[in-house]
Amino acid sequence: MQTATSHSSTGHGQAHDAHHHEPGFFQKYIFSTDHKMIGVQYALTSLAFLFFGFLLMMAMRWQLAYPGRAIPVVGGLFEKVLGSDMAQGGVMQADLYNSFGAMHGTIMVFLAIVPLAFGAFGNYVTPLQIGAPDMAFPRLNMASFHLYFVGGVVMMASFFIPGGAAKSGWTSYSPLATLADPVNLIDGQTLWLIGMVLLITSSLLGAVNFITTIIQLRAKGMTWMRLPFFVWAQFVTAFLLLLAFPPLEAAGLMQLADNVLHTSFFLPSGLVTSGGPVPVSGGGSPLLWQHLFWFLAHPEVYVLILPAMGVVAEIIANNTRKPLWGYRSLVYAALAIGFLAFIVWAHHMYMTGMGTKIATFFQTTTMMISIPSVIILTALFISLWGGSIRINTPMLFALAFLPMFGIGGLTGLPLGLNATDLYLHDSYYVIAHFHYVVAPGTIFGLFAGVYYWYPKITGRMMNEVLGKIHFWGSLVCMNLIFAPMFIQGIRGMSRRMYDGGATYFQDGAGADPGILNLNISITHAAFGLALFQMPFIFNFFWSINNGKKVTSDNPWEATTLEWQTPTPPPHGNFETEPVVYRGPYEYSVPGAKKDFTPQGQPG
Amino acid sequence: MEIPYTVKPRPDTGLYNAKVGIWLFLASEVMLFGAFFSAYILLRVTADHGFWPDVATGWPHGLLNIPIGTFNTAVLISSSVTVVMAWMALRENNFPKFRNFMIFTVICALGFLVIKTFEYKEKFGHYVIRLNDGKALTGHLDVNGKSPLFWTLDTVKEKGLESLKVQVDIPNKYRFPVGMHVPEETHRAHAEGRHHDDREIKVADIESLKAFIPSTHPFFAIYFTMTFLHGLHVLGGAIVLAYFAFVGTKLWKTSPEQFTNRIEVGGLFWHFVDLVWIFLFPVVYLL
Repeated sequence: MQTATSHSSTGHGQAHDAHHHEPGFFQKYIFSTDHKMIGVQYALTSLAFLFFGFLLMMAMRWQLAYPGRAIPVVGGLFEKVLGSDMAQGGVMQADLYNSFGAMHGTIMVFLAIVPLAFGAFGNYVTPLQIGAPDMAFPRLNMASFHLYFVGGVVMMASFFIPGGAAKSGWTSYSPLATLADPVNLIDGQTLWLIGMVLLITSSLLGAVNFITTIIQLRAKGMTWMRLPFFVWAQFVTAFLLLLAFPPLEAAGLMQLADNVLHTSFFLPSGLVTSGGPVPVSGGGSPLLWQHLFWFLAHPEVYVLILPAMGVVAEIIANNTRKPLWGYRSLVYAALAIGFLAFIVWAHHMYMTGMGTKIATFFQTTTMMISIPSVIILTALFISLWGGSIRINTPMLFALAFLPMFGIGGLTGLPLGLNATDLYLHDSYYVIAHFHYVVAPGTIFGLFAGVYYWYPKITGRMMNEVLGKIHFWGSLVCMNLIFAPMFIQGIRGMSRRMYDGGATYFQDGAGADPGILNLNISITHAAFGLALFQMPFIFNFFWSINNGKKVTSDNPWEATTLEWQTPTPPPHGNFETEPVVYRGPYEYSVPGAKKDFTPQGQPG
Repeated sequence: MEIPYTVKPRPDTGLYNAKVGIWLFLASEVMLFGAFFSAYILLRVTADHGFWPDVATGWPHGLLNIPIGTFNTAVLISSSVTVVMAWMALRENNFPKFRNFMIFTVICALGFLVIKTFEYKEKFGHYVIRLNDGKALTGHLDVNGKSPLFWTLDTVKEKGLESLKVQVDIPNKYRFPVGMHVPEETHRAHAEGRHHDDREIKVADIESLKAFIPSTHPFFAIYFTMTFLHGLHVLGGAIVLAYFAFVGTKLWKTSPEQFTNRIEVGGLFWHFVDLVWIFLFPVVYLL
């Protein structure tokens, strides 16, 4: 990607200089310490994982729509590679469904979206936007990516060991997670835990690096209230990762001990399975795992959403050609989310019988955290008011983010309230809710970011027509997939059932089996969604060499600092030390010559 | 463009980059060990009564060697003092003094680890034995003058032993299995002020025999996990400090300020490792 575009930086007198210490292939692409190359590494790896996680889902969707029918095209391959106890005759077996389900969640959250939102965009854009030459600790940055990559390899390897990958959900509740596989020295869950420890370590190092960079390396004049909202979002995200991940690392190490050393951290006394009493000492607490897990996993939700909000805010300000409405409110709301995110975790655990007093505490904090989220969404909506909006692909994705995230957020309220959650818990309603937040929410925000910053990274624009096909197709399919799941959930369909609940409804449990038919239309929509990603994949690679060349370093006529660098930015980013004179969103300032005034423009 | 503030502090924050970085890292470490301490509390308060032979709480107590633990605490605290002295010596431009203090710090760290290793080994040969009559005792096995490690009842039976010589723990002020249903002879030995109660126990009378290893009880699980993780931190810190004391000193000649900064950052980490032990020692040894 970089070689194809390096000549576009020749106009800036860098090429000759760079020629003398041209690093070798490994130095440049594998062991690079440049935040931009690391950002691109993160982007390519995480996009690949995003696609892979989606493919796992497609196989599962086939099983849900047509239980017991061989998976077309890949069914035979599954049988050959993963064994006939996983895919007998190409038909997905329960174990395979469970492991695909667990790995879909794990891959999407920890290997795809967080690395894309935080690792890729954070790495590439944050130092540019604050006017820094690189991250504060470049070698640590490289180590973060390598740990992430190795963690991903371990996760992938777990598919191919006897017994298959982890199959206890991405939540890996004990004692199920410890007992799911027959006792092997290395089973899928063990590899999952080792992979998680690597990924967590990677995130921790990244978080330290990001926060230090934002505190220490802001350019002259870049005061806190002149930071673009994207940087604020990354800042809060980094704090969430820094403080919420270690408890999961602790929990992961304890579950690893349960698996390998046969300790009983999470195994209660008197545990009996179909194979008889479990030969462990017992005396542990399954609830302990849930607490430690959700202490991470709820803040993780905000790790997923905040960077996307940051991207969307940048793009909305740029394309409405007016300042963001309520910049300070946005900042304070993001900070409030950061604090409150740590005291809502047990709303995932109402079903554990925690008692009304504790449940009341957690549903109160949960309602409180919805306030700053609504503030952010409202401020972004009001920002549209009276703007002369440029409709391009990044803006379409950013605009779609708003209602999609709105649906996801509002449908979360019944889950945050104890009384309604007891009914909706573990149903497809939950799936629909958080997928609305993450899929047409976060992922749309990230697509917007890819289209928006692509010309800065490559020097060429992505194709607009293909972009619009990608957008409209994805928007329609996403809604056709997730909206019916609300209905299924409200009608009582449980998640994590490998036949989609068919056996459950056979007993005539009073539910309408008609909702099972929705599985078929959902699956068709999922295949449609896959189809509409093809223009994006083609566009992404084709435009590297064939996209429309940018005519200036600032093709979107934006105000923030990353557009004041050469395209693509050379090592060290800025040709002269940047100085900041104004806030991040000075669009359409009355009396100014142009409708945007860059942050680095004096006067 | 060079990355700014790697050596000199940024005027408005008053900190150089690595100092911000290490404080953030330590914040995440607080959360890591905090999670383990929380786990300790939750496991302890939910422990089943009668689950450990100690009837009062179901939680083993008084099984760790307090004098040795106290000595190790002193070793770590001394090293924490000397790491500061090393840093101050650099500020005074006294390099030989720095090196002496730093080497002393590293020796303390290694001493701590060696002592800890012996403590671990002692536990692996320490057993809790339940008898068929409902009584229970703890102690070391004596098989031909040796103290075997990691044995189970199956090991005893495989060896074809019919009786076991056991040095039964006498309750004393350091080691006091509270309320345990110990055999009467052991109580008598205590009353007579003897230090050992060496007895032969018939294998047929034994219901279970377990070494003090992580799988025996959640107490040992959390004790070994926390102290092992802490030990890894000590080892990591010792390696880094040893690097500064020997290989890394080249930097002192080219950039003394940066070298001093590194010692400060390493010292901050070392204090944290020490602080974790200050919490760990009372929690697992004393309470």
